[in-house]
Amino acid sequence: MSTYNAIKYDFAPPAGTFGDMIFISEQTASASSSISFTGIDSTYRTYYFKFIDIHPATDNVNLTFNGSSDGGSNYNVTKTTTLFSAFHSEADDNNGVTYAGSLDTAQGTGHQVITWQVGNDNDHPINGELFLFNPSSTTFVKHFMSRVSATTYHNYERDAFMAGYFNTTSAVDAVQFKMSSGNIDDGIIQLYGIA
Amino acid sequence: MSTYGNLKYDFTFPASNPSGSLVLIKSITASASASVSFVNGSNGVVLDDTYKAYKFVFKNIHISNDSTRLQFNGSTDGGSNYNVTKTGTFFISAQTEGGSTIFQYQGTYDLAQSTGVQVLCQDQGNGNDESGSGEMWLYNPSSTTYVKHYTVLYHHYHAANYAWSNLIAGYCNTTSAVDAIQFNMSSGNIDDGTISLYGIN
Repeated sequence: MSTYNAIKYDFAPPAGTFGDMIFISEQTASASSSISFTGIDSTYRTYYFKFIDIHPATDNVNLTFNGSSDGGSNYNVTKTTTLFSAFHSEADDNNGVTYAGSLDTAQGTGHQVITWQVGNDNDHPINGELFLFNPSSTTFVKHFMSRVSATTYHNYERDAFMAGYFNTTSAVDAVQFKMSSGNIDDGIIQLYGIA
Repeated sequence: MSTYGNLKYDFTFPASNPSGSLVLIKSITASASASVSFVNGSNGVVLDDTYKAYKFVFKNIHISNDSTRLQFNGSTDGGSNYNVTKTGTFFISAQTEGGSTIFQYQGTYDLAQSTGVQVLCQDQGNGNDESGSGEMWLYNPSSTTYVKHYTVLYHHYHAANYAWSNLIAGYCNTTSAVDAIQFNMSSGNIDDGTISLYGIN
């Protein structure tokens, strides 16, 4: 006979029952040219990516992302974005908060920069998060926003804020991350769903 | 008689977090506290490689001294010393109740290879209805390979009657594990409020 103790963990809560952040999957980079998450659908209203100690193989490169509306065959969704950062050098000789007009996108289909000038020193990773809102909508454009803290190739802290929208009413069903040059040497990208 | 409808939410998920979601580790409520510390292995606090990232949530932090600053530092020796080297940024967005606005970098409160405290807010008020709330992420503090990044969004009632948003980020520039975090004010106590620590794995 089942007891309460036997029963209490013997089911998976329905997705989003508790309005919680539900872990979906994670991928660990290992000299990876890109990391892609496919199968994104209407199960959750919001998807949340977490970047943990992403380490690029190449010095002075950008972390970028794009969406797909054909299951990951092509990552080329039209988007318009904004991008700015606060920065401060370890040498204390430069700081500020500025808009990055050369790295934003206006109806482009290329990969969008999340953070830039990242260093590949052995102890220099990228950490942060990216929200993607209701990607399965066939009514609205799909907004996204990220905040990432990274150490640059010239030993600056950069606190990068990116936001924008996939300008399509087709469902966005896959997302890809890659560096602007070289591989993702190491690190974890997690995907969560929020009902 | 209990029905499934009564029972289905009547349990707590185990701490091992089968869903991989955000797990509450410890909440500490201040009461005229000179500091609030989260030390791995002490009083139920976990701040090690159990989780890949940690999130501190500040709820209605009320302070004893007007126009003072909430701040933090990290420790690599279990809380014996809070003096980890840090480089960080600090900018703010604010508006007075009269409609004047500010958006600017605050070079006074950023850090460049400093072992001193990282300021989390500027000149918080201590009126009875004035407080601050926000969040701070700390990434993979137990890594012995990488520096440890943190990001903060803290919003408070400024002593000069502003709505004041503080955006801070940086890294503890060490490859030693950071195993304790301490919060305090630049002067006086944390009079009231709760700081909660969560983990995701």
